[in-house]
Amino acid sequence: MSLPTPNLQESTHPVPSRKWPELLRHIPLVLYSLIIITPLSLVFFATFKDLSQLYTNPLGLPRSWDLANYSRLFANENMAVYFKNSMIVTFTSVFFILFFGSMISYAIIRMPKWTGAILFSFITLGMMIPTQVNMIPTYVFFAKLDLLNKHLGLIIVTVATLLPICVFILTGFMKTLPKGLIEAAMIDGASHWKIYTRLVLPLSGPALATAAIFCFVIAWNDLLYPLLFIKSAELKTLPLALLQFQGEYLTDYPMIFSGVVVASIPMVIIYTFLQKYFIAGMTAGSMKG
Amino acid sequence: MRKYWPLSFFILPGLLMYVIFFVFPAISALGLSLTDWNGITPERNFVGLANYKEMLTNDPIFAQAFGNNIKYMLFVVFFQTLFSLIFAMMLVKNSRLNVFYRALFFLPTIIASISVAFIWIFVYDPSIGSLNTFLTKLKLDFLIQSWLGDKNIAIYSIAVVQCWAHIGQVMVIFIAGLQSIPKSLYEVARIEGATPWQTFRHVTWPLLAPSATIVVAYTTLQSFKAFDLILAMTDGGPSYATEILSLFLYHQAFNHYKFGYASATAVIFMLIVASITLLQFKILRANKVSY
Repeated sequence: MSLPTPNLQESTHPVPSRKWPELLRHIPLVLYSLIIITPLSLVFFATFKDLSQLYTNPLGLPRSWDLANYSRLFANENMAVYFKNSMIVTFTSVFFILFFGSMISYAIIRMPKWTGAILFSFITLGMMIPTQVNMIPTYVFFAKLDLLNKHLGLIIVTVATLLPICVFILTGFMKTLPKGLIEAAMIDGASHWKIYTRLVLPLSGPALATAAIFCFVIAWNDLLYPLLFIKSAELKTLPLALLQFQGEYLTDYPMIFSGVVVASIPMVIIYTFLQKYFIAGMTAGSMKG
Repeated sequence: MRKYWPLSFFILPGLLMYVIFFVFPAISALGLSLTDWNGITPERNFVGLANYKEMLTNDPIFAQAFGNNIKYMLFVVFFQTLFSLIFAMMLVKNSRLNVFYRALFFLPTIIASISVAFIWIFVYDPSIGSLNTFLTKLKLDFLIQSWLGDKNIAIYSIAVVQCWAHIGQVMVIFIAGLQSIPKSLYEVARIEGATPWQTFRHVTWPLLAPSATIVVAYTTLQSFKAFDLILAMTDGGPSYATEILSLFLYHQAFNHYKFGYASATAVIFMLIVASITLLQFKILRANKVSY
């Protein structure tokens, strides 16, 4: 609808915020920024303090930027091993989720409408099942298959759990690809495999990135399944190792926090560069049922 | 038909994985819930609905866990929705500074909940915790609490952390919703001389309904399914004040070896989650707006 509007000089989004004096708006925003930054920086500063310094001066800057806690962390704990374990489990899982998920999504958009809709519903129904419901039967089942205390078990359960959301994101995107393009390839005699690898996958870049980041964050941060499955120290992933620091180091905050920093740094670095995809990915994730 | 059969090659690997390792366990939870199995010895007896009866009529801890779930959920849904909506309205314009604020508010979402838990255990620490230290410095000593040790407030202390971690994420959903409202409607409101409140009440709010439904449903489910945060911060204590259903079923299974009983909890848990989801779809369908 278009009306003759006399006063159009401000056609940027005129949500009420426009009326608020600019400075007033920044008060709550700055306050909330502080609520985010303060705990994060206090934790970061704590990693450079020893315990007595932390107790006498919990809020201030550290006296010196001493890396003792980090060297203690890498010496006493196999931090490098946990890091490697997390990488193995996360990257392998994400690869297979995207591979299987994109193949299924391709099939869904190429199948007769109703068959595709049924398959789509059946798979995305999985988004309704909370992982806690599955934990006991999965544990029992994996014990039988001898998949407990193995990275393979973690990878399998991660792939199966995150496949629904990946199919949800990818099918939604692939449906919007121009039909004519795929039909033209068909007429040229291209096989499904060729259309999938040469045409649909390259065109689905943004959706693949979104799904990859979503699955990456979930898999990297997962605690429940490593907690259930992994018993050997040398197979622990980062979140599980952190949880077990709690018992080991009790109130040795500087030590625990060095672990927190080491586990979060890669995520924060990637986030600063790929923000757009993170936000798209984590939001697509929240749109699920 | 011939041209479709190669597609099964695309479907099978993922579908098999999903059915064997995800759908099958979910269904077998139902079977396990009808037994008295302890998870260790081979014998398991069929006990019918006895686990459900015991749980729903004769287990004060289950009742408390359920109550805690509700408290936690109401707190998180209310405050998370309110604050993320306010921030979304402040940050809806795509200016450089706003994009920076959005990115900063979103940051806690990507940090593992186990790390978030440790950060806040430190904030809440009764002796060196930043919160109590701040309160002392501001001469507000009377507000000092044992944030995680007091059984009346512990669950809310954790609920605050859940909000802290996810307000930025929910805000982004609201921003997307706000940006999809046609600008012409605001111009009409302006020409008609509507006050900011009237504009919000009659333009923004009704058109934001679909996003709001998604947000409320997502937040409800997310807070209902909370696990990592509470496990690491209090593990259900003090005296079950922060025990919630997911933690309850974990404890029943892996601390008390009551696999059958825990599976019954899982099934109830699942039913609640599924009904919230269905309710959400229903509301979403009834709320479809057209402009």
